[in-house]
Amino acid sequence: MTLADLLASLFPSGHDIHVDKGVLVGSARLPDGSDALVLGVTDHAPIGVDEAIVLAKAVMDSIDRGTGPILVLVDSGSQRMSKRDELLGLNEYLSHLAKALILADLKGRPTIGILYGHSAAGAFLATALATRVLVAIPGAEPAVMDLPSMSRVTKLPIEVLEEKAKSTAVFAPGLDNLAKTGAVYAVWGDRTSLDRQLGALLAAMPDTVDRRGALGKERGGRTLAADIAARVRHAGLSGARD
Amino acid sequence: MHVSRAESGGDPVGSRPAGAGPRSWYEASARQRLDLLLDPGSFAEFLAPPDRVVSPHLALFDLPHQFDDGIAVGRGRLGGRDVLVAAQEGRFMGGAFGEVHGAKLTGLVKAARDLASTPVLILFDTGGVRLQEANAGELAIAEIMRAVIEARAAGVPVVGLIGGRAGCYGGGGLIAACCSALVISEQGRIAVSGPEVIETNRGVEEFDSRDRALVWRTMGGKHRRLIGAAGTFVDDAVAAFRAAAIECIGENGAIDAAVLAAEQERLDTRVQRFGTMEDGLDIWAALGIPDPKSVPGMPAETFIPLADQFGVNGHDAR
Repeated sequence: MTLADLLASLFPSGHDIHVDKGVLVGSARLPDGSDALVLGVTDHAPIGVDEAIVLAKAVMDSIDRGTGPILVLVDSGSQRMSKRDELLGLNEYLSHLAKALILADLKGRPTIGILYGHSAAGAFLATALATRVLVAIPGAEPAVMDLPSMSRVTKLPIEVLEEKAKSTAVFAPGLDNLAKTGAVYAVWGDRTSLDRQLGALLAAMPDTVDRRGALGKERGGRTLAADIAARVRHAGLSGARD
Repeated sequence: MHVSRAESGGDPVGSRPAGAGPRSWYEASARQRLDLLLDPGSFAEFLAPPDRVVSPHLALFDLPHQFDDGIAVGRGRLGGRDVLVAAQEGRFMGGAFGEVHGAKLTGLVKAARDLASTPVLILFDTGGVRLQEANAGELAIAEIMRAVIEARAAGVPVVGLIGGRAGCYGGGGLIAACCSALVISEQGRIAVSGPEVIETNRGVEEFDSRDRALVWRTMGGKHRRLIGAAGTFVDDAVAAFRAAAIECIGENGAIDAAVLAAEQERLDTRVQRFGTMEDGLDIWAALGIPDPKSVPGMPAETFIPLADQFGVNGHDAR
């Protein structure tokens, strides 16, 4: 889905969103008449230090002053892979963006990621995966790691990897696999306009508890994580010394 | 290629004399680090080796699993204070995050969040996401990042220690940047894309991963301390990490909008000051260091006061 189609379907009541070199920032009118902060990445743009600081600033400027939800629209590349970005400490910039989104969410500004294209690796962690709820538009194509690269590192032919991917959701690219692990809260349908689906989500937002582990278990794509985390958490809580 | 255990790179950046012994952080295993870091005999492991909580996903790739999936988590004491602690083993799958490995750290940080007082220590030694379990590993990192921020919002200090073989790459670098304090040694490296990943994707002209000095100047411990990416630099010795960790768990780890606003300022300033520079040496010169070329060869006892004088203070505003 193109950004223009996405915005038209999501915000029929209007929006004021500016796109600059793949980075988008602005606001939009929601179905209930309130306004949302909208930010994100388009055109498969990679996220480097310059993009991350602009996006984080939009969240920071809004964190105390604004109200309403924060929508993060994602069609990104990976993190920008360059000497300059790493020299400047890209990990801090990506985390800064994720921290801003998470803190805003904890402070009562519900964050919703809308994955409408590609995303991968550090860019995915800093944006879509740092929101309370991540929804995906049909056709979204997230890939933590693409099969050709995986083939290079594992020294296994792509055909072998494709065969293995049929039996497990745990490593292979694609929306279905990622949804099964619990990363994606819901995949929106294409029969109802997106603004109505957004309105329904906003009307029934889950609380801030991270339930991605439980979702992964329920959907069978990440069967161990929730229980192991719960066992460790329990051990940490129950054995506290005085 | 995105995030993988290959990111950690092969050769150590700094070289230690042979037989430096277990007092070297770099040379020690995850469990040796825990033994020597914490108060003697205080470590009590959760899901200990006899429980054999292992990865079910590696057999698909004909790879062996390990009894702890490459991470030990538990409780201990540090300087008499109760702490929750996790140590990654860089020698198993490059310390990479898979489903089980990641879930152990997620559970630990969530316990700290709910206790709201016990500090967390994370002994990073990781190449990033374990690509044989890429989706589960990536999502585990997202869950850990969120749990760390929730714990810090409850006032809990979360301290990262970085000086292992695998460095701290990929999603590990993002978790590290969520910590309230970082302690790093010369051998510690922090980056999102490792040298081989940049070279594979952008070519050797962009980054020559075999140029170990370049790797060191771009993502090594001294550079990270000088630009304020890590607050504390220590010698490659477990005792030095222990002393620094004791100090860091006594500091305020809380995060709020004011802390993040200060971080925004700190990171914005860094891009403005150094954003056009091509090499670590240029940045060190811009910091006012008289003879930047001498920095790589400098022993810790000389470098630490130099960094305190000329480096960016990265202790707060994170």
